[in-house]
Amino acid sequence: MHDVLLKVDRLEAWYGESHILHGVGFEIGRGELVTLLGRNGAGKTTTLRSIMGIVEKRQGSVRFDGQETVGRPSDTIARLGIAYCPEERGIFSSLSVEENLLLPPSVKPGGLPMSEIYGLFPNLEERRRSQGTKLSGGEQQMLAIGRILRTGANLLLLDEPTEGLAPVIVQRIGEIIRQLKQRGFTILLVEQNFRFAATVADRHYVMEDGRVVDMIEASDVTQSVDKLHNYLGV
Amino acid sequence: MLDIFSIPLPALFGQLLLGLINGAFYAMLSLGLAVIFGMLNVINFTHGAQYMLGAFAAWLMLTNLSIPFWAALVLAPLVVGLFGVVIERLLLKRIYHLDHLYGFLLTFGLALVIEGLFQWKWGSSGAPYPAPIPGGYNLGFMFMPAYRGFVVVAALVVCLATWYGIERTRLGAYLRAATENPTLVRAFGINVPRLITLTYGLGVALAALAGVLAAPIQQVSALMGTNLVLVVFAVVVIGGMGSIMGSIVTGFGLGLIEGFTKVIYPPASNTVIFVVMALVLMVKPAGLFGQTK
Repeated sequence: MHDVLLKVDRLEAWYGESHILHGVGFEIGRGELVTLLGRNGAGKTTTLRSIMGIVEKRQGSVRFDGQETVGRPSDTIARLGIAYCPEERGIFSSLSVEENLLLPPSVKPGGLPMSEIYGLFPNLEERRRSQGTKLSGGEQQMLAIGRILRTGANLLLLDEPTEGLAPVIVQRIGEIIRQLKQRGFTILLVEQNFRFAATVADRHYVMEDGRVVDMIEASDVTQSVDKLHNYLGV
Repeated sequence: MLDIFSIPLPALFGQLLLGLINGAFYAMLSLGLAVIFGMLNVINFTHGAQYMLGAFAAWLMLTNLSIPFWAALVLAPLVVGLFGVVIERLLLKRIYHLDHLYGFLLTFGLALVIEGLFQWKWGSSGAPYPAPIPGGYNLGFMFMPAYRGFVVVAALVVCLATWYGIERTRLGAYLRAATENPTLVRAFGINVPRLITLTYGLGVALAALAGVLAAPIQQVSALMGTNLVLVVFAVVVIGGMGSIMGSIVTGFGLGLIEGFTKVIYPPASNTVIFVVMALVLMVKPAGLFGQTK
């Protein structure tokens, strides 16, 4: 029996009046790297934002390390040890690179020290005095990932970290994500780029119309390629 | 040879000093307005009333409790800042999701109520507050009252300290980040609603501090903030909303321009700031230091 870190059950969520999630359910074991795959509008980002508490109108259950988070505001959810890297990266233009890195407060012991973060992302150290948004797209993505490693959060929610980036950068981000898994981080990765997702994940959940419709183990991916293409419409 | 273009030098420097003192108040007040607007998205029309409350608090502390000026300089901003915190918790937090207009109506209405109450209780004639530092210095070209010199220095220190706090500290980084993207900052584990309350309290305390400093120079009266705050809004528009250094530089600069105008062409001194505002808006609609979004 493996140790479940995050269990999402019958999760429903709304943006205003529109009902986006219709009973999402999946789970992630401690130290696992799991992806949410699906087309645009399937509800992947909304699922992350609901786990994080950014989408406030939600029902059902999201248990993190045994604690129910539905109903709590996002700052207290973050303090349980969940960190979020948004799709739009959310780099602050009024903060320098270093200030961006230092912004998220420590929530638990055991975060990476700054020296290790700069070791993973040497570019960021060189440019630590620059304005955050003056970085290239790839560097901004690394900054967005780097700044959530310091806080001691053990579950990382990464929303399409490879979107719009050059292949060589995508490769680099893939290496970093694998390293983070080795260091013991549990990762929930939202991806449209299935080829990328297949290189890093233990398991894939497929979403359609606000529901999880399928689960594919990494070992079964080769047999399920046709099915996946069908789901993702590629 | 004490004149340039037939303007006697002592008169010129006298007016420039007055301008500098006015500028000190413009800077402190517009700074608070800029910080509050950046974080709350509310244009705080209660600012003038809160400045008046600062002066009144110091005056009441002196006359009823014999608390001296120097203690009031700390206590009055604290008391008025706490009052600001209560206003934010009870009233302002209910309107953040609404249009700017609601913030305007709420804060403007609050100012009218507060000023009305003080006018009803203490009248509008005003009460004197004794100068805490008597005397002055003869600088050769002009006479400098010691207290006024102190006000200029104190305002500069307060402005620079605020700038440092916002631009160079951890808490300031939270504040700048939350001004840009409060949702994400909250999702990092920072209690943004508390940060907003704190920011409003700080902005209000700054206004009250300016009020305490103004008490010995002006009469302490219920309406002392109403005219001043009009000019301060023009200063904020000229400097650009949300820029800290912009507010400071524009505040002092416009005070000087106003003083200078008083020497060259006195009738224009009340309007010169609004003329500058119109000119700046024509050239840079976001203000001198503002960024277009």
